[in-house]
Amino acid sequence: MRILVFILTILLVLAFAASLLAGRVWIAPHDLFSGDIFSGRNLASLIVLDIRLPRTLLALMMGASLGLAGAVLQGLTRNPLAEPGLLGVSTGAALGAVIAIYFGVTAISVLAGPLFGLIGALAACALTFALGQGGTIALILAGAAVSSLTAAGIALALNFAPNPYAAYEIMNWLLGSLADKSWTQVFLVAPFVILGGALLATTGRALDALSLGEAQAESLGIDLNRLRLTVVAGTALAVGAATSVTGAIGFIGLVAPHLARPFVGYLPGRIMAPAALGGALLLILADIAVREIHLGPEIKLGVFTALIGAPFFFWLVLRLRKVAP
Amino acid sequence: MSFLLAEHLRVTKGGRAILDDVSLEAGSGEFIAVIGPNGAGKSTLLSVLAGLTRPKSGEVSLDGKFFSEIPRKILAARRAYLPQNPLCEWPLSVERLVALGLTPHLPAFGGLPLQFAPAIGKALEACDLTSRRNQPVTTLSGGEFSRAMLARALVGEPEILIVDEPVTGLDPRHAMDCARRLSDYAAGGKLVIAALHDLTLAVRHAGRIVALKDGKVAGQGALTAALIGRVFDVEAEIRGEGEHASVTVLR
Repeated sequence: MRILVFILTILLVLAFAASLLAGRVWIAPHDLFSGDIFSGRNLASLIVLDIRLPRTLLALMMGASLGLAGAVLQGLTRNPLAEPGLLGVSTGAALGAVIAIYFGVTAISVLAGPLFGLIGALAACALTFALGQGGTIALILAGAAVSSLTAAGIALALNFAPNPYAAYEIMNWLLGSLADKSWTQVFLVAPFVILGGALLATTGRALDALSLGEAQAESLGIDLNRLRLTVVAGTALAVGAATSVTGAIGFIGLVAPHLARPFVGYLPGRIMAPAALGGALLLILADIAVREIHLGPEIKLGVFTALIGAPFFFWLVLRLRKVAP
Repeated sequence: MSFLLAEHLRVTKGGRAILDDVSLEAGSGEFIAVIGPNGAGKSTLLSVLAGLTRPKSGEVSLDGKFFSEIPRKILAARRAYLPQNPLCEWPLSVERLVALGLTPHLPAFGGLPLQFAPAIGKALEACDLTSRRNQPVTTLSGGEFSRAMLARALVGEPEILIVDEPVTGLDPRHAMDCARRLSDYAAGGKLVIAALHDLTLAVRHAGRIVALKDGKVAGQGALTAALIGRVFDVEAEIRGEGEHASVTVLR
């Protein structure tokens, strides 16, 4: 596992640097290391420090949150198809942000969208947790119910959109993107992502024990109710906060744990760190790709991850069909 | 030494009494077999004795301390519990599966500390799994898998081992091996409580029988033909003694 984490960290650093350099205006690598960028206010420094650095940091936080939460949820539910959206966190954040756009609150402050999104994510997860008391299956069903409720709310907002521009803005947000993000959003999201990530990181031992089923995990001293609460709260904070800024981005949370799993001997607790690093790596690479693919308007990040994620889903289904008895 | 005391346990499910005024005492060095027909409440009794199911009334105490007063991690370190048909949800290696039994002893973070390697090696050896230690558990046979689970339960050297029907689905030789392992473990000064359907194994290896019927204790002590008759509504015969005893159900 150490070697995997080491390799992923190096790749992540390289991808991070590449993400600062790549885009409409290419920055030469030696500019990044010569210190020119950090000394004065020239065009290159403006692009790197004020546009690409916050964007890349957001990609890092979002990807890591998705990968980590995906690994934790797959461990908790012992279901390889689980992903962070399972608890209603993504659609909850989306509904919050959509409400902000719908009522024009976003016109007052750029922070209104993320704040409403965060509140939406937390509210959706709280509802899921309250409904899903008493077992993991109940939690999954509650998450599905909350997801469909919030999805209905989003559809309603689109239906009643006051003007085409609002509808366009809502659609745009739902597609998920890292374009035009600033330091304000990074500072808004970072504390929640760190807190949520820290909560999720404490669950490793319990998830390992859960490999043996709930009865044995409990006999090994695991408090299942507390574990569920930690997972829901951690996912709501980390993924909810990140989603409220970037919009819904799918598949990273599903894919990253699967890529890590065979390399660490399938133990859920050992998948967490590689999945977080892998999720961040995937999302940063996807974001670079989005910037480099020129087909008219910039392809939205959420659309891109869905496009490359869907074939993976097919592969997963085929593989599970083969593995299953 | 540990001493487990259950007093006047009562458990109900959907208005039906699963356990009705069950009392039991047990101490280190004993191998107790819980027998009884399907639905007699064996699994529920074991789950209550393991501290996993809370009785509606009555209390279980360990060395004079009620279960409700013992922190779950401390209790987990002192007793191991194997449910009926234990499962493993991921294709872990045998060694990793066994190491999970150490969960209550491990620090909150990090890999497996080196000091635990001998314990894992010992548990693997005790269950004849040393050659299989790196094999995924999904590729094990039924007998090997149940041995791996037993090793998982034994690895923390719990003072109390509670096992629910460990020999179900095992062929005669593996069933016998399993019962012998349990009685050896009890002989080492631990308390073993196991639900058994195989009466021959019970009469050969268990030091004491607790017979349940309809949620009540129908009899305790040595296994006799009369007790089998009363509990299972059959006519049975016990031949031989000690390691050579066998139970035949006549009709």
